[in-house]
Amino acid sequence: MTDFAATDDVRPNEIVGLEKRRRWVSVLLHVLLIGASIVMLYPLLWMLSASFRPEEEIFSATSLIPSSVSLDAYPRGWFGLRVDFGTFFWNSFVISILSVIGNVLACSLAAFAFARLKFWGRNFWFAIMLGTLMLPYHVTLIPQYVLFLNLGWVGTMLPLVVPKFMAVDAFFIFLMVQFFRGIPRELDEAAMMDGCSAWRIYWRIMLPLSLPVLATAAIFTFIWTWDDFFGPLIYLTDMRTYTVQLGLRSFVDSTGLSDWSGLFAMSMLSLIPVFFFFLFFQRLLIEGIATTGIKR
Amino acid sequence: MTTIASPASPYVPTGGRFARALSRNGAGYMFLLPWFIGFFGLTAGPALVSLYLSFTNFDLLTEPRWIGTANYVRIATADPRFVASIQVTFFYVLLSVPLKLAFALLVAMALNRGMKGLPWYRAIFYLPSLLGTSVAIAVLWRQLFAGNGLVNSFLANFGIQGPSWISNPDYSLYTLVVLSVWQFGSPMIIFLAGLRQIPQDMYEAASLDGASKWRQFWKITLPLLTPVVFFNAVVQTIEAFKAFTPAFIISGGTGGPINSTLFYTLYLYQEAFGFFRMGYASALAWILLVIVALFTAFSFLTARYWVHYDD
Repeated sequence: MTDFAATDDVRPNEIVGLEKRRRWVSVLLHVLLIGASIVMLYPLLWMLSASFRPEEEIFSATSLIPSSVSLDAYPRGWFGLRVDFGTFFWNSFVISILSVIGNVLACSLAAFAFARLKFWGRNFWFAIMLGTLMLPYHVTLIPQYVLFLNLGWVGTMLPLVVPKFMAVDAFFIFLMVQFFRGIPRELDEAAMMDGCSAWRIYWRIMLPLSLPVLATAAIFTFIWTWDDFFGPLIYLTDMRTYTVQLGLRSFVDSTGLSDWSGLFAMSMLSLIPVFFFFLFFQRLLIEGIATTGIKR
Repeated sequence: MTTIASPASPYVPTGGRFARALSRNGAGYMFLLPWFIGFFGLTAGPALVSLYLSFTNFDLLTEPRWIGTANYVRIATADPRFVASIQVTFFYVLLSVPLKLAFALLVAMALNRGMKGLPWYRAIFYLPSLLGTSVAIAVLWRQLFAGNGLVNSFLANFGIQGPSWISNPDYSLYTLVVLSVWQFGSPMIIFLAGLRQIPQDMYEAASLDGASKWRQFWKITLPLLTPVVFFNAVVQTIEAFKAFTPAFIISGGTGGPINSTLFYTLYLYQEAFGFFRMGYASALAWILLVIVALFTAFSFLTARYWVHYDD
């Protein structure tokens, strides 16, 4: 027993020194990282506090705590344009939800074919699909616009939603193929033995087993559609059909940057859905990025 | 018992060989049908049509009129805004991507030391990545770097009178670079995942041999991480070429002041939907495609000289 106690004290000085040094490095790193975190978050927190500030204070205060808290900016911003932000939020919400449904359905159908079905030309089409990942959307932009113009769809949400039902976001097909390939083949082979059709295997076996990847695809689709500015900018012409992003841009243009707190209030509200996903599905998002390298 | 008697793929109903082949292929093509419609109708078809349009004069109202290579000739010889947009875009890509990746790698390495609170730090650093492309953030940036914005209010505390960053052509593009670097979160997460793959015993062996941390970084970490660096660099560069929203919001859609934030995509948008020069914009789009393709090909060709693969 005494031996044990003794060994504790006879550790070579080098090791004690090394541990001390390591602890210092670790403390220093924490200080640096906390500092970096504050710098990273400061603009966001400042915008939040600015939305509660009296207007005249916005361009002088650097602190995060307003001298007096006022909620006025929220209703002022909400009704600041001739169409209220409720309409914009509803439009964004509808477009995003429909896009999620389209993307998840269409991409999982294609991914199932690529991952599990045998058919002539599979590798060829798979390579083509990967090739479309690299294609900048500008190359298809103008003919698509002409097409939708001729269909009478410009000014409606259809050009933003319908393509999602045709699996144009090849990235998600790739994501799902990777996941489907990880599901043990014995499961669907057993189902085949029992005479299940390909459709039933897809619907009853693959989809239920793939909830994590479907959720990842759904969340990223929602966030990207919600944040999309370019698509709505081109296709939505009537203010009543505007999304939140377009509403914010109109706000900047129409108030000539005179109502900053109203603008910040609406900006904060526009971030809430994304922030919600960040809070509750962070693990899915981070795993999705770490395993597949999603760009954002 | 019946299952053993018919070992053929049960995706396929019994029947003649031809019917079986048809049905086997049929299932695959049925599942791919939505993608095929999208691929031919919205991707491949339009891409070819825009290649055709790039050789025409087209304003949406009248039929496209074939003008040969005139659009390309004008772009190459007589379009100062094209030159400006190329300069702005390349400057932005070449500055923002390396900075962003360096930051991402630095923070990832700091976090990879088994730090306490890793999930917190990771979440905080990732948040800007997720929010960054929305109009709200661009609006915020416009205030931060305004003449009387938050950044200058801070600088004033130290007696520095900052310029109006946004409306000064010397600085406006840098504010967009800062915005891009601020979003280093997602490459950081990819770097973290890559760092985890490096076996710890390599470092232990190197330590025993007396290699310094600095040397370990250059001789172990970086070489083993090159596939991840390569991946991040390609993805982020393509994304940077396509950036649009921040430049649009910060410059009010003009690309100003004096074309200093005229991103290529913004110039293309103005030509197409501001002036309705659809043929000219199609030519610009194809040039963008060629630039991105050349860059990607270049990366893959040089990859063999600097990207380290296990096998």
